[in-house]
Amino acid sequence: MRRRILALVIKEFLVLLKDPRSRFVIIIPPFVQLLVFGFAASFDLNDIPLAVYCEDPGADAQELLAGFRHSPHFSDVAVIARDEEIRPLVDGRVALVVLHIGPRFSRDLRLRRPAAVQVIVDGRDSNTALVALGYVRGIVDRFNRRWAEQHGVPALPARLQPRAWFNPNLESRWFVVPGIVGLLTLVVTMLVTALSVAREREQGTFDQTLVAPFRPGEILLGKAIPGLVIGLAEASGIILVAVYGFRIPLLGDLTTLYTGLVLFLIAAVGIGLMISSLAVTQQQGLLGAFLFLVPAIILSGFATPIANMPPFLQQVTLVNPLRYLLVILRGVFLEGTPFHLLLDQFWPMALIGAVNLAAATWLFRRRLY
Amino acid sequence: MSLAADHRTRSTSERGSRGLRLRGLVRKEFLEIIRDPSSIAIAFLLPVVLLLIFGFGVSLDAEHVPIAVVVDQPSAETAAFTAHLERSPYFEPLLLFRMDEAERAMRARRVSAILRLRSDFARRRRIGGAPIQVIVNGVDANTGRLVMGYLDGVWIRWLEQRGRDAGEPLDVPVSVQERVWFNSELESRNFLVPGLIAIIMTLIGALLTAMVMAREWERGTMEALLATPVAVWEILLGKLIPYFLLGTGGMILSVTLAVWLFGVPLRGSLAVLFAASTLFLLAALGMGMLISIVAKNQFVAGQVAIIVTFLPAFILSGFLFDIRSMPAPLQLLTHIIPARYFVAILQTEFLAGDVPSVVWPNGFALSIMALLFLGLSRLKSGKRLE
Repeated sequence: MRRRILALVIKEFLVLLKDPRSRFVIIIPPFVQLLVFGFAASFDLNDIPLAVYCEDPGADAQELLAGFRHSPHFSDVAVIARDEEIRPLVDGRVALVVLHIGPRFSRDLRLRRPAAVQVIVDGRDSNTALVALGYVRGIVDRFNRRWAEQHGVPALPARLQPRAWFNPNLESRWFVVPGIVGLLTLVVTMLVTALSVAREREQGTFDQTLVAPFRPGEILLGKAIPGLVIGLAEASGIILVAVYGFRIPLLGDLTTLYTGLVLFLIAAVGIGLMISSLAVTQQQGLLGAFLFLVPAIILSGFATPIANMPPFLQQVTLVNPLRYLLVILRGVFLEGTPFHLLLDQFWPMALIGAVNLAAATWLFRRRLY
Repeated sequence: MSLAADHRTRSTSERGSRGLRLRGLVRKEFLEIIRDPSSIAIAFLLPVVLLLIFGFGVSLDAEHVPIAVVVDQPSAETAAFTAHLERSPYFEPLLLFRMDEAERAMRARRVSAILRLRSDFARRRRIGGAPIQVIVNGVDANTGRLVMGYLDGVWIRWLEQRGRDAGEPLDVPVSVQERVWFNSELESRNFLVPGLIAIIMTLIGALLTAMVMAREWERGTMEALLATPVAVWEILLGKLIPYFLLGTGGMILSVTLAVWLFGVPLRGSLAVLFAASTLFLLAALGMGMLISIVAKNQFVAGQVAIIVTFLPAFILSGFLFDIRSMPAPLQLLTHIIPARYFVAILQTEFLAGDVPSVVWPNGFALSIMALLFLGLSRLKSGKRLE
């Protein structure tokens, strides 16, 4: 029996790897995507286009402006002198932030009256607007503290001392790249398994496999093992690039990481085979893979946190294996989370995997004849 | 062997039958769409499912963030501070008495931040400058930064309240008056849902057409078509027209859902919106055709379609991540992604209105893209058998 399965596995690998185009699709795009997404998928901002509208020639206003000019987060794109100039700059997306210092700024400041600066932000991209406002507040805050020291204004009664654990500079890349490991592993595994039976059905070779002396379970295993192996190889390659290319700290141990990966892959292969047994044509197989992939990625916490979703959707995410893998990946990479703290992530994946494989076997048997 | 040259020499009397041939092809394509329910699913079910999942599932607004509050020595002062925290919609404070408990909660992901008021809080406060220690979980950097910003807000409100109670207004030299245009509540849904339409249209346009033409090559029906007196451009048009109509249907559905279900304001004109989406749809259909012609195999065509159309539309279009913050080579790369121009137009049309300086350049880029991809498909699909 082992020999028969081995023969099927070898056949399956040959089909996938012998055709230069399908070999290319399995190997090259994931790494290109890793590079592109690793560099692009970031919520950090630099060079925010800033338009300055300063009506106050005083030294204090200039000092505040210097704070913006020296910041790596902002770059000056325009200096304006009239109110009417603001709208076209913001509407046309030339400037994201307009800083308006009124004519009475220095005088108010010297007279110890509250001096205001007006900040106009383009809110079309709400997250960028929020982050930009945070930077503006930070710069004004620093100006305030220096001014208070220099002019003997009593300090505020309490101040915040913020610090970030696990990612001290709050770099988005540290969050995104471990997530990409899970994302790409899922995409490749799904595509390999979801189309495998449908392709044979369309080409007519499936009938030949059926009349050969294989049991249905063996045929299914012959399809599952290549998916598992390719998924593991893909994940290992991506992890190497993440650690040595992107310099993401890998604090935890590999046993924990690979336990998670194997459990996840079993669940993913199960879903892929279910789609595969249901699909008659490759188009249906691809559509099925897609209808699973898109929600699985969105509802996994890959780009936006699960905690921000409405409660009923948070319940839905509980059946998504990617959700658990992402916690494991980020935990092992950034926090060095030990095995026992991740048990709550392991068992749901194992359960999902068992259910999926059982369902795939059942569907497969039913659709054979 | 090229049959195209041969075809050109035919008498002009056949010209009249062209309209008829094209109609026949379009009819055939529609029949195929109707008979394979997965095409209808991509065009109408997918937009609804995606809009619902994205619209509800993708949110960058953190609320009820669990935060551990460690008060070393409870007093009236510390109670006033934690009361402000409890009143904030952004936080769900969990009162703890020891720092190591809080650290354990953070490691087990039960809280996303720790706020600690040290035992000397009240005393140091009177002489000025009592430190409030804040630790956020930085794994999710963006949420970490938002939480810091929210805490900043709580702290300022607490200071103002104290100032009012003591009769001495808060002495801050410079205050920032913030005005957010177009989306004053900074709701991420208003920003995400318009961009989402570009992603859905990419799926309908590129994925569906890529699969459909590759299928004809795989099944050999393309060869049968080539053997008929049909011209190449007629075959291409015969594919384009039905899927263009399907895509337009998906677009109307998406815009309706965005406005009615998600309440996203539509401040621009419908005419501009539909002109832009027509251009984008043509570009997406062109991409799909080109992919299928080059791949000629459904497995490869499907993969390539996902990798070069869907994922870039998701990550490199400005739909979620700001293009201006990407490294320079990637910013250049985004220029060849049609979704980038469409996302810019969509976000502006929905939230800001008809802004000529956004609509014209992006619309122009979209027309170039459409011409490029459709032209390349025409060039690549000679009447040849391999």
